Amino acid sequence: MRFRVLTVVLAMALAGCSVGTTSDDQGKRVVLVTHDSFAMSKDVLAAFTRKTGITIDVRKLGDAGALTNQLVLTKGSPIGDVAFGVDNTFASRALDEDVFVPYQVEVNGPAEYNIDNTNRLTAVDLGDVCLNVDPAALSAKGVPEPTSYADLTKPEYKDLLVMEDPATSSPGLAYLLGTIAKFGDGWQDYWRALKANGVQVVSGWEEAYTQAFSGSSGKGPRPIVVSYASSPSAELDDKGNPRTKAVLDTCFRQVEYAGILNNAKHPEDAEKVMDFLLSAEFQSQVPEQMYVYPTRKDVTLPEAWQKAAPLPTAPAELPAKDIQQNRERWISEWRGIVQG
Amino acid sequence: MLVVKNLTVRYGTLAAVSDVDLAVNDGEVLALLGPSGCGKSTLLRAVAGLEPPAAGEIRWDDTDLANVPVHRRGFGLVFQDGQLFPHRDVAGNVAFGLRMRHVRAAERRTRITELLELVGLAGYEHRTVTQLSGGEQQRVALARALAPRPRLLLLDEPLSALDRALREQLAMDLAGVLRVAGATALVVTHDHDEAFTLADRVAVMRAGRITQTGPPDEVWRRPADEDTARFLGCGLFLPGHVQDGVVTCELGTAPLPWAPDGDVTLGLRPTALRLAENGVSGKLIRSVHRRDHVRLQVRLDSDDQLVDAVAGIAETPGDRVHLTLDPDGLAVVR
Amino acid sequence: MARHSPGLKPRGLALIALVPLGFLAVFFVWPVVAILRLGLDEGGVLATLGTAEVWRLVGFTVAQAAGATAVAVVAGLPVAFLLARTNLPGLGLIRVIILVPFVLPSVVVGLAFRTLLPDGGVWAIVLANAFFNVAVVARTVAGLWTHLDRRAEDAARALGASRLRTFTNVTLPALAPAIGSAAAVVFLFCATSFGVVLILGGARLRTLETEIYLRTVELLDLSGAAALSLLQLGAVLAALSIGAIMRRRRETALRLRGKAESARRPAGGEWAVVVLAVLVVVLLLVPIVSLVVRSLSTADGWRLDGYRALTGFGYEGSLEISGLDAVRNSLAAATDATLIAVTLGTMASVVLVSLARNKVRYVEVIDTAFMLPLGVSAVTVGFGYLVTLDLLPGDLRTSAALVPLAQALVVTPLVIRIMLPVLRSIDERLRQAAASLGASPWRVWREVDVPMAGRSLLTAAAFGYVVALGEFGATSFLARPDTATLPVAIARLISRPGELNNQMAYAACTLLVLVTVAVVAIVERVRVPVGEF
Repeated sequence: MRFRVLTVVLAMALAGCSVGTTSDDQGKRVVLVTHDSFAMSKDVLAAFTRKTGITIDVRKLGDAGALTNQLVLTKGSPIGDVAFGVDNTFASRALDEDVFVPYQVEVNGPAEYNIDNTNRLTAVDLGDVCLNVDPAALSAKGVPEPTSYADLTKPEYKDLLVMEDPATSSPGLAYLLGTIAKFGDGWQDYWRALKANGVQVVSGWEEAYTQAFSGSSGKGPRPIVVSYASSPSAELDDKGNPRTKAVLDTCFRQVEYAGILNNAKHPEDAEKVMDFLLSAEFQSQVPEQMYVYPTRKDVTLPEAWQKAAPLPTAPAELPAKDIQQNRERWISEWRGIVQG
Repeated sequence: MLVVKNLTVRYGTLAAVSDVDLAVNDGEVLALLGPSGCGKSTLLRAVAGLEPPAAGEIRWDDTDLANVPVHRRGFGLVFQDGQLFPHRDVAGNVAFGLRMRHVRAAERRTRITELLELVGLAGYEHRTVTQLSGGEQQRVALARALAPRPRLLLLDEPLSALDRALREQLAMDLAGVLRVAGATALVVTHDHDEAFTLADRVAVMRAGRITQTGPPDEVWRRPADEDTARFLGCGLFLPGHVQDGVVTCELGTAPLPWAPDGDVTLGLRPTALRLAENGVSGKLIRSVHRRDHVRLQVRLDSDDQLVDAVAGIAETPGDRVHLTLDPDGLAVVR
Repeated sequence: MARHSPGLKPRGLALIALVPLGFLAVFFVWPVVAILRLGLDEGGVLATLGTAEVWRLVGFTVAQAAGATAVAVVAGLPVAFLLARTNLPGLGLIRVIILVPFVLPSVVVGLAFRTLLPDGGVWAIVLANAFFNVAVVARTVAGLWTHLDRRAEDAARALGASRLRTFTNVTLPALAPAIGSAAAVVFLFCATSFGVVLILGGARLRTLETEIYLRTVELLDLSGAAALSLLQLGAVLAALSIGAIMRRRRETALRLRGKAESARRPAGGEWAVVVLAVLVVVLLLVPIVSLVVRSLSTADGWRLDGYRALTGFGYEGSLEISGLDAVRNSLAAATDATLIAVTLGTMASVVLVSLARNKVRYVEVIDTAFMLPLGVSAVTVGFGYLVTLDLLPGDLRTSAALVPLAQALVVTPLVIRIMLPVLRSIDERLRQAAASLGASPWRVWREVDVPMAGRSLLTAAAFGYVVALGEFGATSFLARPDTATLPVAIARLISRPGELNNQMAYAACTLLVLVTVAVVAIVERVRVPVGEF
């Protein structure tokens, strides 16, 4: 009996040895820490490796907030070399904590989104957050499409909006910031009105868009959702026309940055990766892969995008420093108003 | 041989064993006899190495056992409830000690067969221990303890958990086994029948101390004090006088060749007074059947005292009876 | 000098104790203390503790955990009776079935319950949490019940007590140690449950655990998180202490008897309990069956699309690795974690039992220390690793080894809780008999404790393996995309758009269920045959 037990245990152990099976490749590696939504075509990545001999090791650490927080926590002894995905709502914190070191990428476009003049963060893509509506569902209810933030407080839009919790979701936070940018000090009243008008709050974008929104595959109950300016490009009918629309007056600009981490283990190779992130090959793929807009000026959007998801021209914006200073207070107040 | 000197064992502040001296010679069976709570089990456990002594020493063949752990003493242990290993069969249990001594398989088998025969369980090798009766379990426990030829066998109330009839039978068998095996043994018991059946010498223990040591006969006939006498069955105590091997007391006379001359205190067991034609008279109050005799309760004419007596056949209560002294039932309390 | 049983010498004991304690210190205490210190240094902890919101959180956390524990105990007892005291056919199957909820990732259970109770809410949370933990109660209690001497109950019945009175006056007190330990573990799990509360609580119902996650990961409000962690620790310690006191009061050496003696055909009123137990098992199956059904039903009817897709990467590459890779990762990590946990858990149990046998006073403290990882949020530990592990040689912070290590942290306490009651009920005199026959302390362990506790060791290993397979909290935080386990992959699939992803997720769940059933069934076969013990 003892013998039998031993053989079973041994078999399990042999089947199980996980540590040590990952062999380190020969060649150079750069660790790119990013958020969960990072995606890039394997061909583009492979081409980069072939050209430079550097393999990019992608580590996903959660959403933008989680990413930033972990970078801050491990500053000085970072878990990667390059970080991508810190957005304008969190950039100030990262900069204040000295997470990044300066590096300038020689490319036309990103500079207009710089937060300060230290070149520690370079804008890689834009992902504006706007209200998305399902026109077919709205007209079935006999309700006109909303065109502004204020419309949503009107009685005909009762129980039609679903949004994400700003505390846990970056589009949710972006929407909240947009209303703060628009209404200034009176933003709380707007939210009280929204709450009275039956706004549904869920914890993440996936739940809101793929399950609660009527215009996506989930075919949920609510025809208005907080999502991205680019989302309609994924909801094309057979003729290539978008089934949903972004309400361009309700957009808040989100910029995603990348930078080289302070005390990174492979700083020179990291520079090459930064160049790669702003290269034409990478930037032209960002719409398809990540549903965001490139910052590099000489890259053209895919055709479907030009029709269905144009880049908003006048989105709301708030200075990064203001966001950094007040974000927690704003979120906490919001929670009190809407969730309390 | 085992020598215990000035042994004291404490539980907290309480001394369970106080300043005890004891010796067990090679090939001898010593019974530790005493009532519950007198410390006899504690003494046994201290000898086994299971209790640390507070003072005194335990020696085997002149080696101090103070720093010798249980598993190196070579002392066999038999518990009241056997404590057989439930996950092994009978042979597995008996073989345990042999395996610990790295005895080869073939030799083990021979020894197991030998021992099982000795304890009267020949052929039981592959039985499951949980299905054995109480008596069988104790026999296996004994065989297990004897298998590795221990220097000293320690038995803690080995028969107390068995029923009466079985106990007597097993006591005889156990005595036989111990003799055949030539074992040196220390038996702890509260039953004097058991003690006297098994032992070559008896040590009487009370309240943590040993009050008397000697051959069974001696302890039986000449208990050291009244408490010991009471424990050994004496219910009535009378002053008497011995002259030339005959003792005289108010209830009669009897030949007591082993008694010393002079004034003595006599202890009377129920068997000391026997129904007879002549002798002290009294009225029969009660007559109760015991296993191999009849127990009588008689009120004496002389002083209305109620005494126990024995007879061969039942008598009718209310009758007038006569009682004589039977020397077998007498003890002389020193 | 303490009265010392033929156990291991203090020096040997200390050496053994060093291994599990050292592991606990390096991979648990140090990271948690580090991250808490960061929070405390920030200041404002007392302010946080003073807010009414925080105490509402505490109240809700404790209330839902207590409720779920009560439900789990009430549901688990009849099943324990069924497993321990009857010899009806099909018990092996039931033993396996009740273990399946335990392995399902909390995300999946949350979703399953949300389809059954769409509005979510407190009851959904309580039921979902209880759903997970019925097995803990049933198996722990059955483990002890099997070994209880039936004669005490028979004596009570002979004296005229009804079955119910016999149960409450004789059996229940004897089972109290097992019920107490199980309830403590279940309370811990429910109080720190994360996925279930997240999905079923929506934004309104929050517990300490979800709030700690929020404040740590999203807000980097380390001081607030520290405050809440300390509160959670307090609640956990209170629960553990109560469990320990219950255990201590009732622990006596029980006579161990073979199962054949105590299992019989149910009689009279006992059938009612059997029916109740079967009902509980059926109820446990409902969410599981609904998952399997969901995995097979698509808009076009019954299809195996979800399963086929598992070899791939999900709709538009939702996963970094194929579903099968995730399966392999799961099995590998779980095996490593179980081996670590069984080794550490056995060592810890050995130390605890030896200390208890020698009547050492601070046994309970060490026991509680081993249980703590169950009560501290995985994200606190994970963030703690970020701050501490770079100080060890070989930056482990992004190593694949962290996943099995973190899983082992959670599994080790379970191993201890399963093995300890059985070890403690081994009659001391049996060990003394073995010692007198020449067995050195190590040999006594090998010859007496190990075989007699062998079944519980296998149970502990199987249980631990299943827990490691379904572990979600720590794993999702620590796993890299290429080392993702099946639960992590499932969570990712569910959160992505596309019906195919959903199908894949439910198919993966079904796969997890099948793997659990297979593993547990195999271990049940390897157990010692009835004749031996």
